[in-house]
Amino acid sequence: MMLNLSPNIADPDDFYAELINSQRDLDEEQALRMNARLILLLANHIGDRKVLTEAIGCARRGGG
Amino acid sequence: MTSYIYPKFGYRRSQEQAEGIVKRHPIVVIGAGPIGLTAALDCAARGQPVVVLDDNDTVSIGSRAVCYAKRPLEIWDRLGCAAPMVERGVSWNVGKVFFQDQLSYQFDLLPEADHQWPAMINLQQYHLEEMLVAQCRANPLIELRWKHRLISLKQAADYATLAVETPDGIFTMEAQWVIACDGANSDVRKMVGAEFTGQFFQDRFLIADVAMKADFPTERWFWFDPPFHPGQSVLLHRQADNIWRIDFQLGWEANPEEEKRPERVIPRIRAMLGEDTEFVLEWVSIYQFACRRIDNFRQGRVLFAGDAAHQVSPFGARGANTGVQDIDNLAWKLAMVLRGEASEALLDSYHEERAYAADDNILNSTRATDFITPKTKPSRYFRDAVLELARHHGFARPLVNSGRLSTPTPYVTSALNTPDHDAVPGGMRPGTNAADAPIAVDGKPAWFLHCLGDGFTVVAFGNVSDKIEIAVGPFAAKLILVGRDIEDPKGLLAQRYGASPGTTYLFRPDQYVAARWSGFDEAKITEAMLRASGHDIADRTELAA
Repeated sequence: MMLNLSPNIADPDDFYAELINSQRDLDEEQALRMNARLILLLANHIGDRKVLTEAIGCARRGGG
Repeated sequence: MTSYIYPKFGYRRSQEQAEGIVKRHPIVVIGAGPIGLTAALDCAARGQPVVVLDDNDTVSIGSRAVCYAKRPLEIWDRLGCAAPMVERGVSWNVGKVFFQDQLSYQFDLLPEADHQWPAMINLQQYHLEEMLVAQCRANPLIELRWKHRLISLKQAADYATLAVETPDGIFTMEAQWVIACDGANSDVRKMVGAEFTGQFFQDRFLIADVAMKADFPTERWFWFDPPFHPGQSVLLHRQADNIWRIDFQLGWEANPEEEKRPERVIPRIRAMLGEDTEFVLEWVSIYQFACRRIDNFRQGRVLFAGDAAHQVSPFGARGANTGVQDIDNLAWKLAMVLRGEASEALLDSYHEERAYAADDNILNSTRATDFITPKTKPSRYFRDAVLELARHHGFARPLVNSGRLSTPTPYVTSALNTPDHDAVPGGMRPGTNAADAPIAVDGKPAWFLHCLGDGFTVVAFGNVSDKIEIAVGPFAAKLILVGRDIEDPKGLLAQRYGASPGTTYLFRPDQYVAARWSGFDEAKITEAMLRASGHDIADRTELAA
């Protein structure tokens, strides 16, 4: 499997709002800590090591 | 509560110093710590006389190395001294990891059933050394020389000259081979000018031996960021005689001299144990650690082992455990070279195999250190996230790393292995240490590892031959047939070796698998034996002819 870089979220605006709203009442440190937990939860769900490596590389390159 | 009384072994002037004769010894070991003493025992077990030099005359001060794993116990069993260690030590299986004030997760090392030795014992280094010294003293091939300090070492093509200082002055010895087991700050390493490079960690740890009667269970407890020591980690381990080992992470800014003072240490321990627990502080040390290894384990006639060759962080008990396995790998090779059965090239495989293992240990140890001491704020957030999630969800528990405990590194890339050609199932690939299994000999229960000989051993399943040994060149391998010489009543030997009728294994003298086949073929066995003793293709053809 390859890292899916095509639109894959059914309701993008709703998802984005949920993500931002979930951190609205957190300070910066709390939000960064939450992000770390979120990354680990999602990474485990994906599981596929190749996909994770691609995603880490893609993010590290600034998303390109 | 007990307080250990350090033995004094006593200096004796050697005959060669008294007479002023320069004597050339086959093997001189530098350093009488756990690794040097094991080196003496293993070389002697292989028929070689050994002289051990140590600049002190007692055992290690403080508990230092604490945890000994199953494989070193198997090696010490081969050398006749594992049983008293296990009896004296504390066996444990359960490890608990706490984050702040809650249990994050726990693991159980509970080994597979039907093994002779426990997964791990805890024993103070001084007890272990005392047992090894007693074992050495009972061996007429071993001479322990206390208060003998090596002050210079010079190498010629086929020997080394050692200048040694004793209370009677300086004298000269020669050695065909030197095994340097003089620890992380090895003087021998400096004398031969070897490189010792790697990574230093910007952190300091306080380690303390505490005598107390406490009702903590016999488990490894590791705290991240506990209320009694905020922002740092703490490790608690039980040892023999109601001595407990406590490691406090202090951070890089801590002042080592200040932190060692009892008036600083005791409140830390009291905060941890509570006001009501009575304890006595026995020993305190501060250390900073590094992950480094020597550029080559063989420097001419000098062979490096243990911390003199590699240094790791303590998380994972990979220091002494790895050093003992260095000796397991070295002693049979050195004995073969000294007997003229193999060329010096075999000793280069010592570097190849043990540097590979050292790199594996350093990798594991560095990863644990990065988890325990996050280097940046974002990495601390990830570390804390793992610990928080581990409390609730199974998926995060394998990510918690408070030290991956020492297991043998298979020599999968070694030139001594004969690569698999046949499809033998199971994980006992060439380069792997032999798995033990309960067997029967003459109808009586026994252990498989005890059947393996001092030299090469061939083990075949089924009635495949009427021979009792397979010989080639200078070697004669003992041939053990499962069904004729040993029985496998529980079927566990066959199971652990993926065996069916005809399956054949060749074991090296250190109980590692050199080769395996689905059928019994003498020509293949002799070829593999010569390869495993470092003979090149031309040699093998000549010796097999």
